[in-house]
Amino acid sequence: MIVLAALAVLLPFTGAAAGLLGSRFPRRRTPARTARRRAAWFAVVPVAGAAVAAAWLAGWQATGGGEAAAWPVRIETGSVPISVGLQAGGLAALVGVLVTVVALAVQVYSVGYMRDDPRYPSYSSFISLFTSAMLLVVYAGDLIVLYVGWEIMGLCSYLLIGHWWEDRANSRAAVKAFLVTRLGDVGFLFGIFTLGLSAGSFRIDDILAADLPKGTLVAATMLLLAGVAGKSAQVPLHTWLPDAMAGPTPISALIHAATMVAAGIFVVARLYPAFLAAQPTLDVLGVIAAVGMLGAALAALAQDDLKRVLAYSTISQLALMAGALAAGSEHAAIFHLVTHGAFKALLFLCAGVVIHHVESNLMSHMGGLRSTLPVTFWTMTIGFAALAGLPPASGFFSKDAVIAAIERAHGPAQPFLYGCALVTVGVTGAYAARAWLRTFFGSPRTVVLPHAGDHGGGHRRVPRSMLWPVVLLAVPALGLGFAGVRDLDAGSAATSVVIALLGAGVVYALWRGAPELDPARMLGPFRTPCERAFYLDAVYDRLVARPVLRLARGVVRADDRVVDGAVRGSGRAAVGLSGLLRRAQNGNAQLYVTGVLAGVLLIAVAVVVLG
Amino acid sequence: MSWLPIAMLAVPLVGAAVLLLPGFAGRTPRRYGLAVSGVTLVLAVGLAATFDYGHAARIQFETDLSWIPGLALRFHLGVDGVSLPLIVLTALLTFLCFVLLAGRPPRRPRALVFTLLVLETGMIGTFLALDLLLFFVFFEVVLVPMYFVIAVWGGPGRRAAAVKFILYTLLGSAVMLLGLLVVWAQAGTLDMVALAHGHTIARSAQIVAFLAIGLGLAVKAPMWPLHTWLPDAHTEAPTVGSVLLAGVLLKMGTYGFARIAIPILPEGAAALAPWLGAFGVIGIVYGSLACLAQRDLKRMIAYSSVGHMGFVLLGFATLTPVGVNAALFGNVAHGLITGLLFFIAGAVKDRYGTADMTRLGGGMLSRLPYIGSLLTFACVASLGLPGLAGFWGEMLALFGAFRPAAELSRPLFLVFMVIGGVGTVLTAAYFLRMLSRVTHGSPVVPEGPPVTSAEEVREVLGGEGPVEPVATGTVVAAVAAVAAPGAPGVPGLGGLGEPPERRDVTAYELAAWVPLVVLILIFGLWPKALLAITTPAVQAILRGVGA
Repeated sequence: MIVLAALAVLLPFTGAAAGLLGSRFPRRRTPARTARRRAAWFAVVPVAGAAVAAAWLAGWQATGGGEAAAWPVRIETGSVPISVGLQAGGLAALVGVLVTVVALAVQVYSVGYMRDDPRYPSYSSFISLFTSAMLLVVYAGDLIVLYVGWEIMGLCSYLLIGHWWEDRANSRAAVKAFLVTRLGDVGFLFGIFTLGLSAGSFRIDDILAADLPKGTLVAATMLLLAGVAGKSAQVPLHTWLPDAMAGPTPISALIHAATMVAAGIFVVARLYPAFLAAQPTLDVLGVIAAVGMLGAALAALAQDDLKRVLAYSTISQLALMAGALAAGSEHAAIFHLVTHGAFKALLFLCAGVVIHHVESNLMSHMGGLRSTLPVTFWTMTIGFAALAGLPPASGFFSKDAVIAAIERAHGPAQPFLYGCALVTVGVTGAYAARAWLRTFFGSPRTVVLPHAGDHGGGHRRVPRSMLWPVVLLAVPALGLGFAGVRDLDAGSAATSVVIALLGAGVVYALWRGAPELDPARMLGPFRTPCERAFYLDAVYDRLVARPVLRLARGVVRADDRVVDGAVRGSGRAAVGLSGLLRRAQNGNAQLYVTGVLAGVLLIAVAVVVLG
Repeated sequence: MSWLPIAMLAVPLVGAAVLLLPGFAGRTPRRYGLAVSGVTLVLAVGLAATFDYGHAARIQFETDLSWIPGLALRFHLGVDGVSLPLIVLTALLTFLCFVLLAGRPPRRPRALVFTLLVLETGMIGTFLALDLLLFFVFFEVVLVPMYFVIAVWGGPGRRAAAVKFILYTLLGSAVMLLGLLVVWAQAGTLDMVALAHGHTIARSAQIVAFLAIGLGLAVKAPMWPLHTWLPDAHTEAPTVGSVLLAGVLLKMGTYGFARIAIPILPEGAAALAPWLGAFGVIGIVYGSLACLAQRDLKRMIAYSSVGHMGFVLLGFATLTPVGVNAALFGNVAHGLITGLLFFIAGAVKDRYGTADMTRLGGGMLSRLPYIGSLLTFACVASLGLPGLAGFWGEMLALFGAFRPAAELSRPLFLVFMVIGGVGTVLTAAYFLRMLSRVTHGSPVVPEGPPVTSAEEVREVLGGEGPVEPVATGTVVAAVAAVAAPGAPGVPGLGGLGEPPERRDVTAYELAAWVPLVVLILIFGLWPKALLAITTPAVQAILRGVGA
């Protein structure tokens, strides 16, 4: 059965290779249209195959198939060997289905969304490569193999954020995303080293089975947490995610909402026994999660860019999952991960439709779209309901599971975490309501800008290939929660719904009073700090980016003046010294004879005196 | 006695000697060098194919002849798992350089082909030699042709760069020779195999010898702070010179550590390894920071070599099998990746007439999509992305530093590991910054001559001084148009306002680059291909350490 997992990893990979090399081949005789059509096939068919394989694997697992694993290759490194192999347990099978389904939806959606893009072949190939890398992370049985997939995901994220590289801002956002996550990944790699060396194996099973000392576990999991914070955009490494919205919207849906950013949560869940044995790490994770969920929710409330609202809400929701992990319930975290993957991908794809139609990302340019985009309105309503945690959408059930888990938890960080989670629920209701109202209700405010958003041109009809995935994703976003209906905690569910409705109600009341004004004005003097996400970017710029560049310039100067200066100086010194010696070799025979005579005299005197 | 290693030395040498025949004066066959280096490559592949991988630690294809009996010097050649990858890499890179030259014939082709073939003999000989003095001879043989490559075919500042290169490395070699003499005086033999199999040299003598030999090798590697010859040499050298310099010559320094310094002088290595590691990690961070503030593309790649070689030195310094494996892997990966980077940088310089990043402007991906994409690929490989060759060397070096050999201080090496980890982030930072500046954005109106290189312009002008292509504006453009009347896309005097069409990658360039791309992918996705060869050999190298 592990062949299915291997197939799921390899199919998108071959799709990526074929798309990159084969779409335009032979270059001279392939018109752009043919290349696009070919690339679309290369993109959609393999990922569909991967989805079938992943679903089959999950079905087999659900019907009592047990765990599948294979370790075909062992690479000797001279120390701890690397076991190249795949392993699919229940968690991996479930997340594998999520990844492939969202990837398939995004690939189909992109065919329409990127219709006019000349670089569609490379775009779709990078999505395929990303899908393959993410599935490698999900099915990896060895931490080094997992790390390989982990980093390739980061590369694809970089390439796709920077897809419209003509604009320098997109390029900067891509670089920022890669570097911030890479910084976390260094810690992640060191965490892998710690676990691997102590357990004598990089295989996840061996590591979890090994009886490691607590100090080692705490150190290792703390280091892993750095990578998790980077990839899953948690405080303090979250600043790349809002900027990453510079990429095409389907990418935001796939990579920066549903899958890659959830990989951090997935990895913690995958290694959960190790984390459970390291309580200090879980406490730290709890504090990070508490700060992150509330801060990001407040930031989301003040954004004007629809995609940035969703980006901050992703940070907030991921923090909620991290909170569940900190509270000791991996089950709730993964439940929320899956439902969030569905409804956030749905929200982004809907936002893409809206942006495609309005040609602006800014909500102040939207409004009254309920009648012009009815399908999108209804699907996005489902998405927002799930985001706010309103029944019967999926988010209601999963968020309830998370809140209930946090409520029941112990530990020093628990009261803080629980308080933040409840406030976050209210703020989430508020920003979801604000985005919903400002996008679909009120009077149309559309201003046609010379160059806004992703494309040029006027209002456009939405292609069918974009609507189908949206409708299909709306089904799990609405119904997936019923999988957890049995575990529903009525008390905490009622509390969180009331709080969410309270938040939404405040926004509605404000909006009702003056539909043309932004309800974010209720933040008062805090509005600007929230909009700027509490100035963290500026702080990092001052504390990290600029000092490093200053240091770099200093190094170049020092290299020229000191290190190379010493080399050149020694050369000059040698020339100067030889200039001195040259004085004696001036070709004057009289001088030479005088010198010889003086020498003879000296020797004679020395012989007489010493002899 | 095996004929293969001797043939690998003889073919390029005889090929070079044949060029001296008067019949070749003025009319060298265009593909002569290609053919000779092709034969050498075939021999190298044959060597790799017939190599017994089951006994990768054993010296194979051994040739042991008496050379100078009075001094007990022997002509001892052989191949094992440490040298085999480097020999094949050398033959491959030289061949690819000739592929490039076949597409773009240089000035004075006969002299260049001669020089490069002699260079190839020296490089392959260095990796084949199993006698210390023979190693030293080949090590030195390499310097002279490389000096001429830089001094004759280089850029505007070539004279100074070439002189600096040869004096600096000769000084290093002199120190190394002293170290070799200490070994000889103490052990009474110069045979590497015999020395590695347990000749007891006193600890103090080992430390002195390791210091001297290590210094000589460190100049070549180059190790911070002995690196300043490198950026000048790389910046001024022609493309083929840069490729061979980065791809092979630097490896001779690090190969020396694996072949001589560590196995023959294990106690000296143990005593000085912390210093080696310290200078290695300083090099990583220092090189990365220097890259971050560089303006010139070739100079930036040169400094990136300092950083990457820092990882290799760190790997050696750990004195663990995994660390030495990392160093050997990093060696090969760096040769492939930086070779590719210099090929591409050369192509960029050919087309833009400059490698100055601010003058390159940006938007290379839209103007030269193939070259821009390949540059992106090479940079991503060089910053150590898993799945590409550069990753394994760096990762294993850090892993080696995580637990160094028993006699080394673990906290110290943990600090090295963390600094090295920061270095990987800085490495990513400068490569992505460069990509962002050069390949992204929209193309701006280029300044200066579009097709001809600064080198050609200088020739036309007949001057020696550095040419500033931008300084004279249209005048230089006019000169360029005279210099290359048939070149595509040379704008008329009035046509400077719009970006001219430039030729994207040529067939010859592609033929020279694709093998490197493929190998980077293969070693990245299948590191076992290399680790399986080096691991047994590494165990043999480290036999003396900790014993």
